[in-house]
Amino acid sequence: MTRDEIKAAFLEEVNRIAPDIDPADVGDDDHLQDDLELDSMDILNLITALAKRFGIEIPDSETEGIATPASAAGYIAGKLG
Amino acid sequence: MGVFTMPSLGADMESGKLVEWLVQPGDTVKRGDVVAVVETQKGAIEIEIFEAGEVRSLDAALGETLPVGAPLATIVKPGEDAPEPAPPRTTPPGSAAPPEPPTPPATPAAPAEAPAPAAAPARHPAAAAGEIPAASPAARRLAAEKGLDLSTLVGSGPGGAIVRADVEAATGRDRPGSAATPPARKQGLDLSAMREAIAAAMARSKREIPHYYLGHDIDLQAASDWLAATNADRPAERRLLMGALFVKAAALAANKVKAMNGHYADGAFAASDAVHAGVAVALRGGGLVAPAIRDAQTLSLDALMEAMRDLVMRARSGRLRSSEMTDGTITVSSLGEKGVDSMTGVIYPPQVALVAFGTPRSAPRAVQGEPALREVVTVTLAADHRVSDGRRGAQFLAEIDTLLQHPEAL
Repeated sequence: MTRDEIKAAFLEEVNRIAPDIDPADVGDDDHLQDDLELDSMDILNLITALAKRFGIEIPDSETEGIATPASAAGYIAGKLG
Repeated sequence: MGVFTMPSLGADMESGKLVEWLVQPGDTVKRGDVVAVVETQKGAIEIEIFEAGEVRSLDAALGETLPVGAPLATIVKPGEDAPEPAPPRTTPPGSAAPPEPPTPPATPAAPAEAPAPAAAPARHPAAAAGEIPAASPAARRLAAEKGLDLSTLVGSGPGGAIVRADVEAATGRDRPGSAATPPARKQGLDLSAMREAIAAAMARSKREIPHYYLGHDIDLQAASDWLAATNADRPAERRLLMGALFVKAAALAANKVKAMNGHYADGAFAASDAVHAGVAVALRGGGLVAPAIRDAQTLSLDALMEAMRDLVMRARSGRLRSSEMTDGTITVSSLGEKGVDSMTGVIYPPQVALVAFGTPRSAPRAVQGEPALREVVTVTLAADHRVSDGRRGAQFLAEIDTLLQHPEAL
Protein backbone atom coordinates (compact mmCIF):
# COMPACT_ATOMS: atom_id res chain seq x y z
CA MET A 1 0.00 0.00 0.00
CA THR A 2 1.45 3.37 -0.96
CA ARG A 3 1.24 6.40 1.30
CA ASP A 4 -1.27 7.97 -1.06
CA GLU A 5 -3.49 4.90 -0.82
CA ILE A 6 -3.20 4.96 2.95
CA LYS A 7 -4.05 8.65 3.02
CA ALA A 8 -7.09 8.11 0.79
CA ALA A 9 -8.32 5.30 3.05
CA PHE A 10 -7.68 7.44 6.11
CA LEU A 11 -9.73 10.30 4.65
CA GLU A 12 -12.49 7.88 3.77
CA GLU A 13 -12.74 6.92 7.44
CA VAL A 14 -12.69 10.59 8.47
CA ASN A 15 -15.58 11.20 6.11
CA ARG A 16 -17.49 8.28 7.61
CA ILE A 17 -17.22 9.84 11.05
CA ALA A 18 -17.96 13.39 9.90
CA PRO A 19 -20.00 13.10 6.71
CA ASP A 20 -19.72 16.82 6.02
CA ILE A 21 -15.94 16.63 5.61
CA ASP A 22 -15.22 16.15 1.92
CA PRO A 23 -11.85 14.39 1.54
CA ALA A 24 -11.13 16.63 -1.45
CA ASP A 25 -11.27 19.68 0.80
CA VAL A 26 -8.83 18.41 3.43
CA GLY A 27 -5.23 19.61 3.21
CA ASP A 28 -2.35 17.28 4.02
CA ASP A 29 -1.43 19.26 7.10
CA ASP A 30 -4.94 20.05 8.34
CA HIS A 31 -5.13 19.10 12.00
CA LEU A 32 -8.14 16.91 12.71
CA GLN A 33 -8.92 18.56 16.02
CA ASP A 34 -7.61 22.11 15.59
CA ASP A 35 -8.59 22.70 11.97
CA LEU A 36 -11.38 20.21 11.27
CA GLU A 37 -12.89 20.43 14.76
CA LEU A 38 -13.20 16.73 15.44
CA ASP A 39 -13.66 16.12 19.16
CA SER A 40 -12.10 13.43 21.32
CA MET A 41 -15.03 11.07 20.73
CA ASP A 42 -14.61 11.45 16.96
CA ILE A 43 -10.89 10.77 17.27
CA LEU A 44 -11.52 7.62 19.29
CA ASN A 45 -14.10 6.46 16.75
CA LEU A 46 -11.55 7.14 14.01
CA ILE A 47 -8.82 5.19 15.82
CA THR A 48 -11.27 2.31 16.22
CA ALA A 49 -12.11 2.40 12.50
CA LEU A 50 -8.44 2.57 11.50
CA ALA A 51 -7.62 -0.34 13.81
CA LYS A 52 -10.21 -2.46 12.00
CA ARG A 53 -9.31 -1.30 8.52
CA PHE A 54 -5.56 -1.69 8.77
CA GLY A 55 -5.34 -4.31 11.50
CA ILE A 56 -3.17 -2.07 13.68
CA GLU A 57 -3.38 -0.88 17.27
CA ILE A 58 -2.96 2.82 17.96
CA PRO A 59 -2.35 3.32 21.68
CA ASP A 60 -3.73 6.40 23.41
CA SER A 61 -0.22 7.77 23.79
CA GLU A 62 0.31 7.80 20.02
CA THR A 63 -2.84 9.66 19.00
CA GLU A 64 -0.73 12.56 17.73
CA GLY A 65 0.56 10.19 15.05
CA ILE A 66 -2.72 10.50 13.18
CA ALA A 67 -3.27 14.20 13.84
CA THR A 68 -3.08 15.18 10.15
CA PRO A 69 -3.52 13.22 6.90
CA ALA A 70 0.20 13.57 6.15
CA SER A 71 1.34 12.38 9.57
CA ALA A 72 -1.27 9.59 9.56
CA ALA A 73 -0.02 8.26 6.22
CA GLY A 74 3.51 8.08 7.62
CA TYR A 75 2.43 6.68 10.97
CA ILE A 76 0.22 3.96 9.50
CA ALA A 77 2.82 3.04 6.86
CA GLY A 78 5.31 2.59 9.71
CA LYS A 79 2.89 0.35 11.60
CA LEU A 80 2.26 -1.77 8.53
CA GLY A 81 5.98 -2.23 8.18
CA MET B 1 -58.29 4.28 17.83
CA GLY B 2 -55.36 6.55 18.45
CA VAL B 3 -54.16 9.55 16.59
CA PHE B 4 -50.42 9.80 16.19
CA THR B 5 -49.47 13.46 16.11
CA MET B 6 -46.47 15.64 15.31
CA PRO B 7 -44.45 15.43 18.53
CA SER B 8 -42.73 18.33 20.21
CA LEU B 9 -39.03 17.61 20.07
CA GLY B 10 -37.99 20.30 22.46
CA ALA B 11 -38.87 23.62 24.00
CA ASP B 12 -37.89 25.37 20.82
CA MET B 13 -39.94 23.42 18.30
CA GLU B 14 -43.16 24.74 16.80
CA SER B 15 -43.46 22.68 13.66
CA GLY B 16 -41.70 20.05 11.63
CA LYS B 17 -41.65 18.93 8.05
CA LEU B 18 -42.66 15.34 7.37
CA VAL B 19 -40.05 13.95 4.99
CA GLU B 20 -40.40 10.20 5.20
CA TRP B 21 -42.85 7.52 6.26
CA LEU B 22 -41.28 4.25 7.40
CA VAL B 23 -44.62 2.50 7.80
CA GLN B 24 -47.66 2.12 5.64
CA PRO B 25 -51.33 1.34 6.26
CA GLY B 26 -51.71 -2.21 7.48
CA ASP B 27 -48.34 -2.34 9.23
CA THR B 28 -48.22 -3.42 12.85
CA VAL B 29 -46.29 -1.09 15.12
CA LYS B 30 -45.12 -1.41 18.69
CA ARG B 31 -44.07 1.13 21.24
CA GLY B 32 -40.72 2.67 20.33
CA ASP B 33 -40.81 1.82 16.60
CA VAL B 34 -39.45 4.51 14.33
CA VAL B 35 -42.32 5.34 11.99
CA ALA B 36 -41.38 8.59 10.29
CA VAL B 37 -38.61 11.11 9.76
CA VAL B 38 -39.27 14.75 10.46
CA GLU B 39 -37.01 17.59 9.42
CA THR B 40 -36.61 20.07 12.25
CA GLN B 41 -34.38 23.02 12.90
CA LYS B 42 -32.06 20.55 14.60
CA GLY B 43 -31.81 18.30 11.58
CA ALA B 44 -33.65 15.14 10.58
CA ILE B 45 -35.09 13.31 13.57
CA GLU B 46 -36.46 9.78 13.57
CA ILE B 47 -39.91 9.83 15.12
CA GLU B 48 -40.93 6.97 17.38
CA ILE B 49 -44.46 5.92 18.13
CA PHE B 50 -45.66 5.38 21.68
CA GLU B 51 -48.57 3.08 21.25
CA ALA B 52 -48.94 -0.36 19.80
CA GLY B 53 -51.40 -1.26 17.10
CA GLU B 54 -51.99 -1.31 13.40
CA VAL B 55 -51.48 1.67 11.12
CA ARG B 56 -54.90 2.39 9.73
CA SER B 57 -54.10 5.44 7.68
CA LEU B 58 -51.40 7.99 7.06
CA ASP B 59 -53.06 11.35 7.46
CA ALA B 60 -50.31 13.74 6.47
CA ALA B 61 -48.54 14.12 3.18
CA LEU B 62 -44.81 14.03 2.72
CA GLY B 63 -43.35 17.49 2.39
CA GLU B 64 -45.94 19.11 4.64
CA THR B 65 -44.76 21.39 7.39
CA LEU B 66 -47.04 20.62 10.31
CA PRO B 67 -47.46 22.26 13.70
CA VAL B 68 -46.79 20.28 16.87
CA GLY B 69 -49.94 18.30 17.62
CA ALA B 70 -51.12 17.95 14.02
CA PRO B 71 -52.42 14.45 13.23
CA LEU B 72 -49.97 12.32 11.28
CA ALA B 73 -51.52 8.87 11.32
CA THR B 74 -54.40 6.86 12.72
CA ILE B 75 -53.50 3.82 14.78
CA VAL B 76 -55.94 1.04 15.64
CA LYS B 77 -55.14 -0.57 18.96
CA PRO B 78 -55.02 -4.36 19.18
CA GLY B 79 -58.54 -5.77 19.54
CA GLU B 80 -60.20 -2.59 18.39
CA ASP B 81 -62.69 -2.80 15.57
CA ALA B 82 -61.78 0.37 13.80
CA PRO B 83 -65.24 1.28 12.62
CA GLU B 84 -64.34 4.87 11.97
CA PRO B 85 -63.66 5.61 8.34
CA ALA B 86 -60.19 6.86 7.62
CA PRO B 87 -59.76 9.93 5.49
CA PRO B 88 -60.16 9.13 1.81
CA ARG B 89 -57.13 7.93 0.00
CA THR B 90 -56.33 7.02 -3.54
CA THR B 91 -55.27 3.43 -3.01
CA PRO B 92 -57.38 1.04 -0.93
CA PRO B 93 -55.19 -0.93 1.45
CA GLY B 94 -54.23 -4.38 0.37
CA SER B 95 -55.88 -4.15 -3.01
CA ALA B 96 -52.76 -4.22 -5.06
CA ALA B 97 -49.35 -5.51 -4.10
CA PRO B 98 -48.04 -3.02 -1.57
CA PRO B 99 -44.72 -1.37 -2.33
CA GLU B 100 -41.68 -3.13 -0.92
CA PRO B 101 -40.38 -1.91 2.44
CA PRO B 102 -37.43 0.28 1.40
CA THR B 103 -39.67 2.54 -0.64
CA PRO B 104 -41.98 4.78 1.33
CA PRO B 105 -45.67 4.70 0.53
CA ALA B 106 -46.08 6.74 -2.56
CA THR B 107 -49.67 7.82 -2.16
CA PRO B 108 -50.03 10.58 0.35
CA ALA B 109 -53.30 10.69 2.19
CA ALA B 110 -55.73 13.20 0.80
CA PRO B 111 -55.24 16.67 2.20
CA ALA B 112 -58.58 16.56 4.08
CA GLU B 113 -59.04 19.68 6.22
CA ALA B 114 -55.41 20.11 7.11
CA PRO B 115 -53.63 22.82 5.19
CA ALA B 116 -51.60 20.84 2.73
CA PRO B 117 -49.74 23.05 0.36
CA ALA B 118 -47.39 20.27 -0.60
CA ALA B 119 -49.97 17.62 -1.41
CA ALA B 120 -50.18 18.32 -5.07
CA PRO B 121 -52.03 15.65 -7.01
CA ALA B 122 -49.22 14.95 -9.45
CA ARG B 123 -45.96 14.20 -7.67
CA HIS B 124 -43.78 13.73 -10.67
CA PRO B 125 -40.97 16.15 -10.34
CA ALA B 126 -40.12 14.81 -6.93
CA ALA B 127 -40.90 18.08 -5.21
CA ALA B 128 -41.56 21.70 -5.90
CA ALA B 129 -38.59 24.00 -5.53
CA GLY B 130 -37.31 24.24 -2.00
CA GLU B 131 -39.31 21.30 -0.72
CA ILE B 132 -37.93 18.03 0.51
CA PRO B 133 -39.23 15.32 -1.77
CA ALA B 134 -40.33 11.81 -0.94
CA ALA B 135 -37.28 9.59 -0.83
CA SER B 136 -36.27 6.22 0.54
CA PRO B 137 -33.97 6.15 3.58
CA ALA B 138 -31.13 4.73 1.52
CA ALA B 139 -31.56 7.48 -1.05
CA ARG B 140 -31.59 10.18 1.62
CA ARG B 141 -28.46 8.84 3.24
CA LEU B 142 -26.57 8.52 -0.01
CA ALA B 143 -27.63 11.98 -1.13
CA ALA B 144 -26.39 13.41 2.16
CA GLU B 145 -23.09 11.59 1.80
CA LYS B 146 -22.65 12.96 -1.70
CA GLY B 147 -23.84 16.44 -0.82
CA LEU B 148 -26.74 16.19 -3.27
CA ASP B 149 -29.89 18.23 -2.87
CA LEU B 150 -32.79 15.79 -3.16
CA SER B 151 -35.11 18.46 -4.49
CA THR B 152 -33.02 18.66 -7.65
CA LEU B 153 -33.65 15.00 -8.49
CA VAL B 154 -36.50 13.32 -10.30
CA GLY B 155 -37.61 10.15 -8.62
CA SER B 156 -38.26 6.90 -10.45
CA GLY B 157 -39.87 5.11 -7.52
CA PRO B 158 -43.59 4.74 -6.91
CA GLY B 159 -45.33 8.09 -7.09
CA GLY B 160 -42.11 9.83 -8.03
CA ALA B 161 -40.30 8.93 -4.80
CA ILE B 162 -36.54 9.13 -5.07
CA VAL B 163 -34.82 5.78 -4.66
CA ARG B 164 -31.16 4.96 -4.23
CA ALA B 165 -30.70 4.30 -7.93
CA ASP B 166 -31.78 7.86 -8.74
CA VAL B 167 -29.15 9.26 -6.41
CA GLU B 168 -26.51 6.93 -7.80
CA ALA B 169 -27.38 8.01 -11.32
CA ALA B 170 -27.13 11.65 -10.32
CA THR B 171 -23.81 11.24 -8.53
CA GLY B 172 -22.41 9.32 -11.48
CA ARG B 173 -23.38 12.28 -13.59
CA ASP B 174 -21.93 14.86 -11.32
CA ARG B 175 -18.87 13.14 -9.97
CA PRO B 176 -16.11 13.68 -12.49
CA GLY B 177 -14.72 17.11 -11.88
CA SER B 178 -15.35 17.51 -8.20
CA ALA B 179 -15.23 21.28 -8.62
CA ALA B 180 -18.73 21.03 -10.03
CA THR B 181 -20.05 19.12 -7.02
CA PRO B 182 -21.86 21.22 -4.47
CA PRO B 183 -19.98 21.66 -1.21
CA ALA B 184 -20.58 18.87 1.26
CA ARG B 185 -23.48 19.70 3.51
CA LYS B 186 -24.58 18.37 6.79
CA GLN B 187 -27.62 16.18 6.33
CA GLY B 188 -30.69 18.34 6.24
CA LEU B 189 -29.17 20.82 8.60
CA ASP B 190 -29.84 24.49 8.16
CA LEU B 191 -27.43 26.21 10.51
CA SER B 192 -29.20 29.54 10.54
CA ALA B 193 -32.44 27.77 11.41
CA MET B 194 -30.65 25.90 14.17
CA ARG B 195 -29.22 29.16 15.46
CA GLU B 196 -32.74 30.57 15.61
CA ALA B 197 -33.96 27.50 17.49
CA ILE B 198 -31.11 27.73 19.98
CA ALA B 199 -31.71 31.47 20.39
CA ALA B 200 -35.41 30.91 21.06
CA ALA B 201 -34.82 28.17 23.63
CA MET B 202 -32.00 30.00 25.41
CA ALA B 203 -33.89 33.32 25.44
CA ARG B 204 -36.84 31.54 26.99
CA SER B 205 -34.56 29.87 29.51
CA LYS B 206 -32.94 33.14 30.53
CA ARG B 207 -36.34 34.87 30.67
CA GLU B 208 -38.13 32.24 32.73
CA ILE B 209 -35.52 30.44 34.77
CA PRO B 210 -33.86 32.24 37.67
CA HIS B 211 -30.46 30.63 37.24
CA TYR B 212 -27.89 30.37 39.98
CA TYR B 213 -24.34 29.17 39.41
CA LEU B 214 -21.76 27.28 41.43
CA GLY B 215 -18.23 26.33 40.48
CA HIS B 216 -15.88 23.78 41.99
CA ASP B 217 -12.37 22.49 41.21
CA ILE B 218 -12.05 18.73 41.39
CA ASP B 219 -8.77 16.86 41.77
CA LEU B 220 -8.90 14.48 38.85
CA GLN B 221 -5.60 12.71 39.39
CA ALA B 222 -7.13 9.45 40.63
CA ALA B 223 -9.62 9.34 37.76
CA SER B 224 -6.96 10.27 35.25
CA ASP B 225 -4.52 7.60 36.46
CA TRP B 226 -7.23 4.98 36.56
CA LEU B 227 -8.35 5.85 33.04
CA ALA B 228 -4.84 5.64 31.62
CA ALA B 229 -4.25 2.27 33.28
CA THR B 230 -7.61 0.94 32.14
CA ASN B 231 -7.18 2.06 28.54
CA ALA B 232 -3.61 0.79 28.29
CA ASP B 233 -4.82 -2.82 28.11
CA ARG B 234 -7.75 -2.17 25.86
CA PRO B 235 -8.18 -2.16 22.09
CA ALA B 236 -9.49 1.13 20.68
CA GLU B 237 -13.08 -0.05 20.48
CA ARG B 238 -13.21 -0.67 24.22
CA ARG B 239 -11.40 2.45 25.43
CA LEU B 240 -13.09 4.95 27.68
CA LEU B 241 -12.99 8.73 27.60
CA MET B 242 -13.00 10.94 30.68
CA GLY B 243 -16.33 12.28 29.38
CA ALA B 244 -17.97 8.95 30.21
CA LEU B 245 -16.74 9.19 33.82
CA PHE B 246 -18.14 12.73 34.01
CA VAL B 247 -21.56 11.69 32.72
CA LYS B 248 -21.70 8.72 35.08
CA ALA B 249 -20.66 10.75 38.10
CA ALA B 250 -23.17 13.48 37.25
CA ALA B 251 -25.93 10.91 36.74
CA LEU B 252 -25.24 9.20 40.08
CA ALA B 253 -25.13 12.57 41.84
CA ALA B 254 -28.38 13.70 40.18
CA ASN B 255 -29.97 10.46 41.28
CA LYS B 256 -29.07 11.34 44.85
CA VAL B 257 -29.81 15.09 44.75
CA LYS B 258 -33.24 14.92 43.16
CA ALA B 259 -33.75 18.68 42.89
CA MET B 260 -31.33 18.68 39.96
CA ASN B 261 -33.10 16.00 37.98
CA GLY B 262 -36.50 16.36 36.33
CA HIS B 263 -38.76 18.79 34.52
CA TYR B 264 -40.30 22.09 35.56
CA ALA B 265 -43.64 22.56 33.82
CA ASP B 266 -46.89 24.38 34.56
CA GLY B 267 -45.51 26.06 37.63
CA ALA B 268 -44.31 22.91 39.35
CA PHE B 269 -41.23 20.71 39.45
CA ALA B 270 -41.58 17.00 38.88
CA ALA B 271 -38.47 15.10 39.92
CA SER B 272 -37.58 12.13 37.78
CA ASP B 273 -36.83 8.72 39.26
CA ALA B 274 -34.44 7.88 36.46
CA VAL B 275 -31.61 10.05 35.20
CA HIS B 276 -31.82 10.55 31.46
CA ALA B 277 -28.61 12.40 30.86
CA GLY B 278 -28.70 14.86 27.97
CA VAL B 279 -25.21 14.83 26.54
CA ALA B 280 -24.33 18.06 24.78
CA VAL B 281 -22.77 17.35 21.41
CA ALA B 282 -21.28 20.31 19.57
CA LEU B 283 -22.05 20.00 15.91
CA ARG B 284 -19.21 20.66 13.55
CA GLY B 285 -19.63 24.03 11.92
CA GLY B 286 -21.85 25.36 14.69
CA GLY B 287 -24.89 24.53 16.74
CA LEU B 288 -25.40 21.79 19.27
CA VAL B 289 -27.80 19.09 20.32
CA ALA B 290 -28.18 17.37 23.67
CA PRO B 291 -29.74 13.96 23.05
CA ALA B 292 -30.43 11.93 26.17
CA ILE B 293 -29.01 8.63 27.35
CA ARG B 294 -31.77 6.93 29.29
CA ASP B 295 -31.20 5.57 32.78
CA ALA B 296 -27.60 6.74 32.74
CA GLN B 297 -27.33 6.18 36.49
CA THR B 298 -27.74 2.41 35.99
CA LEU B 299 -25.34 1.95 33.08
CA SER B 300 -21.85 0.57 33.50
CA LEU B 301 -19.06 2.84 32.27
CA ASP B 302 -18.58 0.57 29.28
CA ALA B 303 -22.27 0.68 28.36
CA LEU B 304 -22.39 4.44 28.89
CA MET B 305 -19.33 4.94 26.72
CA GLU B 306 -20.88 2.81 24.00
CA ALA B 307 -24.07 4.87 24.15
CA MET B 308 -22.10 8.11 23.95
CA ARG B 309 -20.11 6.92 20.94
CA ASP B 310 -23.28 5.92 19.19
CA LEU B 311 -24.94 9.24 20.02
CA VAL B 312 -22.07 11.30 18.64
CA MET B 313 -21.96 9.22 15.44
CA ARG B 314 -25.69 9.64 14.92
CA ALA B 315 -25.64 13.33 15.79
CA ARG B 316 -23.02 13.78 13.06
CA SER B 317 -25.03 11.92 10.45
CA GLY B 318 -28.41 13.31 11.47
CA ARG B 319 -30.09 10.16 12.75
CA LEU B 320 -31.16 11.02 16.27
CA ARG B 321 -34.48 9.76 17.60
CA SER B 322 -37.39 11.80 18.85
CA SER B 323 -37.35 10.38 22.37
CA GLU B 324 -33.68 11.24 22.70
CA MET B 325 -34.50 14.86 21.98
CA THR B 326 -37.10 15.16 24.73
CA ASP B 327 -36.28 12.66 27.45
CA GLY B 328 -33.37 14.48 29.03
CA THR B 329 -33.80 15.22 32.75
CA ILE B 330 -30.47 17.01 33.18
CA THR B 331 -27.80 18.14 30.72
CA VAL B 332 -24.11 17.29 30.98
CA SER B 333 -21.73 19.33 28.90
CA SER B 334 -18.11 18.30 28.69
CA LEU B 335 -15.70 20.63 26.92
CA GLY B 336 -13.31 17.84 26.01
CA GLU B 337 -9.55 17.91 25.68
CA LYS B 338 -9.20 21.07 23.63
CA GLY B 339 -11.46 23.50 25.40
CA VAL B 340 -11.19 26.04 28.17
CA ASP B 341 -11.15 25.79 31.96
CA SER B 342 -14.83 26.33 32.64
CA MET B 343 -18.21 27.12 31.18
CA THR B 344 -21.28 28.66 32.77
CA GLY B 345 -24.21 27.03 31.02
CA VAL B 346 -27.78 27.96 30.20
CA ILE B 347 -30.39 25.45 31.37
CA TYR B 348 -32.36 23.67 28.65
CA PRO B 349 -36.05 23.95 29.58
CA PRO B 350 -37.98 22.16 30.96
CA GLN B 351 -34.89 20.79 32.71
CA VAL B 352 -33.68 22.47 35.89
CA ALA B 353 -29.93 21.95 35.84
CA LEU B 354 -26.95 21.87 33.54
CA VAL B 355 -23.56 20.70 34.69
CA ALA B 356 -20.51 21.68 32.67
CA PHE B 357 -17.07 20.07 32.92
CA GLY B 358 -14.16 22.18 31.68
CA THR B 359 -11.07 20.87 29.99
CA PRO B 360 -8.94 18.99 32.53
CA ARG B 361 -5.60 20.70 33.15
CA SER B 362 -2.47 20.31 35.16
CA ALA B 363 -2.51 22.71 38.10
CA PRO B 364 -0.81 23.14 41.45
CA ARG B 365 -2.84 21.87 44.39
CA ALA B 366 -2.13 21.39 48.03
CA VAL B 367 -1.86 17.66 48.75
CA GLN B 368 -1.41 16.79 52.43
CA GLY B 369 -0.03 20.24 53.11
CA GLU B 370 2.46 20.20 50.23
CA PRO B 371 2.11 21.81 46.82
CA ALA B 372 1.84 19.30 44.01
CA LEU B 373 0.98 19.32 40.30
CA ARG B 374 -2.31 17.54 39.82
CA GLU B 375 -4.80 16.95 37.05
CA VAL B 376 -7.74 19.26 37.83
CA VAL B 377 -11.13 19.92 36.30
CA THR B 378 -13.49 22.80 37.02
CA VAL B 379 -17.12 21.76 37.17
CA THR B 380 -19.82 24.41 36.98
CA LEU B 381 -23.47 23.99 37.81
CA ALA B 382 -26.28 26.15 36.46
CA ALA B 383 -29.45 25.35 38.39
CA ASP B 384 -33.03 26.63 38.71
CA HIS B 385 -33.72 28.72 41.81
CA ARG B 386 -37.44 27.89 41.60
CA VAL B 387 -36.50 24.32 42.47
CA SER B 388 -33.34 24.42 44.55
CA ASP B 389 -30.88 26.72 46.22
CA GLY B 390 -27.13 26.98 46.54
CA ARG B 391 -26.86 24.52 49.40
CA ARG B 392 -28.52 21.77 47.38
CA GLY B 393 -26.40 22.67 44.36
CA ALA B 394 -23.23 22.49 46.44
CA GLN B 395 -24.26 19.07 47.69
CA PHE B 396 -24.64 17.95 44.09
CA LEU B 397 -21.17 19.15 43.06
CA ALA B 398 -19.57 17.73 46.20
CA GLU B 399 -21.14 14.37 45.39
CA ILE B 400 -19.63 14.46 41.89
CA ASP B 401 -16.25 15.24 43.46
CA THR B 402 -16.52 12.31 45.86
CA LEU B 403 -17.56 9.92 43.07
CA LEU B 404 -14.66 10.93 40.84
CA GLN B 405 -12.17 10.10 43.62
CA HIS B 406 -13.18 6.45 43.21
CA PRO B 407 -13.36 5.94 39.45
CA GLU B 408 -13.18 2.17 39.77
CA ALA B 409 -16.54 2.24 41.54
CA LEU B 410 -18.33 4.29 38.90
